Amino acid sequence: MKQLVVLSGKGGTGKTTVTASLAQSLKPVVLADCDVEAPNLHLLLSPRVERSFSLSVSRKARIDPDACDGCGACADSCRFGAITGAEIRVVDAFRCEGCGVCARVCPRDAVFFHEPEGAEVYIGSTSFGPMVGAELAVGEEASGKVVSRVRMEAQLLALDSGLPLVLVDGSPGTGCPVIASMSGADLTLIVTEPSLSGLHDLERILGVASHFGVPALVCINKSDIVPEIARRIRDRCRFLGIEVAAEIPFSEAVVESLRRGLPPLGNVPREVEDPLRTLAEVVAGRLDEAVARKRG
Amino acid sequence: MVIAVAAGKGGTGKTLVAVNLALALQRYGIETTLVDADVEEPNDHLFVKPAISTRKEVTVAIPRVDEELCDRCGECSTFCAYGALATTPDRVIVFDDLCHGCGGCALVCPAGAISEVERVIGTIEEGRTPEGMAFMRGLLEIGEPKATPIISAMKESLDPAVVNVVDCGPGTGCAVMGTVHGSDVCVMVTEPTPFGLHDMDMAVRMAEALGVPSLVVVNKDIPGDTEVKRFCAEHGLEIALSIPFSLETARLTSSGVNLVDSGEEWSDAFLSLYGRIAPLARSGGA
Repeated sequence: MKQLVVLSGKGGTGKTTVTASLAQSLKPVVLADCDVEAPNLHLLLSPRVERSFSLSVSRKARIDPDACDGCGACADSCRFGAITGAEIRVVDAFRCEGCGVCARVCPRDAVFFHEPEGAEVYIGSTSFGPMVGAELAVGEEASGKVVSRVRMEAQLLALDSGLPLVLVDGSPGTGCPVIASMSGADLTLIVTEPSLSGLHDLERILGVASHFGVPALVCINKSDIVPEIARRIRDRCRFLGIEVAAEIPFSEAVVESLRRGLPPLGNVPREVEDPLRTLAEVVAGRLDEAVARKRG
Repeated sequence: MVIAVAAGKGGTGKTLVAVNLALALQRYGIETTLVDADVEEPNDHLFVKPAISTRKEVTVAIPRVDEELCDRCGECSTFCAYGALATTPDRVIVFDDLCHGCGGCALVCPAGAISEVERVIGTIEEGRTPEGMAFMRGLLEIGEPKATPIISAMKESLDPAVVNVVDCGPGTGCAVMGTVHGSDVCVMVTEPTPFGLHDMDMAVRMAEALGVPSLVVVNKDIPGDTEVKRFCAEHGLEIALSIPFSLETARLTSSGVNLVDSGEEWSDAFLSLYGRIAPLARSGGA
């Protein structure tokens, strides 16, 4: 089983569109939407949900108002500022990290814990292979743990079905959910765009990939928007020894197909479709090489 | 006042709206601080080019175990809710990345073998732009997972007497919730695509759960009826500003040019956006 994760650093560069086109080219694959805070892949691939389960990923403290005498030992010990109220203490669930210190210090045993539903994880099928995704419960913060679970389910599906590739649509940023979707992957494809923000964020996400030892490839989306910055991205990648696998020009038709909820291939003009197909070929080749290197 | 600028989806134009709103207010004579809380990928500085005058490190407390005193009883690793400590027959292993810094392990250690040391996870920079606007940004170290301690530290240093325009990161997870929590108003920046709408829906529900009132800015807007407009009408969300899609605007903003510098009408547009925000901030004050 091989694992490719599509990331970007900056949001809105086209991760999901590129992931959908890779699924179309490389099918059948197992798809994992690991952008659980803002999942969109299902809008293009329309999975038919076959089963789902609810997942709890964090616990929160609660204080029994009948037992609490307002001594404040919990508030003094909480490092997250999650205890509010005076005469009777109350837990701010948005600040509580479930550490358990308040329960430990409470002289009246007034603190207990509950595990709210964190996400609904679903497993479904698309025209391009099985897909795993999750719907985060409102207010759930531990998205990294949900990402890990979505990836794990996708890996199991790949093992069970014998499909050779897990294709992971990641989230923007460089923090917890990104690290959870990237760690242990064979290759990461970074989708960037020629804007000052795109260039700045590319540098940071490449740093994260290098930190975790995941080889990276770059794809420049909307490459003709600002040619001068596209050139700087190419120069920077050459300097860092990172391959630019494809450049995809901007086309209003891509936005239009996305508005209609259609994956790109077959719905966009040739000048967009051709580099997307090239990208899939390059990615497949580099993935094989990366796995071969890993297995030594 | 604290105005959080969020979106759910990345790349809808949070930075565009935060930067131009802050610049319009500052130029109008309203004292404003632009706060870049997208600590994983901060970009506001590219558009306002601040001179940074102070830089402070953000640290979290992590445990260090004195092996002389430790008798491997295992209380610490049993207590730790994050699996950040493991007790082996020979020693206690600490996984720094998993630690949330709650201090519980030191609290429960019967041998007094655990002390805490500070670990740097990022920085907060403050300064002023060439035209005198106050600027603050947080930056998470590469490879570091947890952004929330940086965001909490930034929020503690906000001056409530000025208008703080806070650029949130994408998503609806801990970093964004931490930023929006306690803000007076949340400006949702969306785009007329199913992606933009889906993710704004998540972000609006998050803001609602936090008790923060929202209004909407539609970026890359197209003429006519859209799902976004229908959604906002159904949910009683005001569309306070529409920024039409144009390749020219995309090129300018990609190159670091601000809308308020490209035409007077944009300063007026962002000031009138503030005109919609201010009453909501007063009415929604928790």
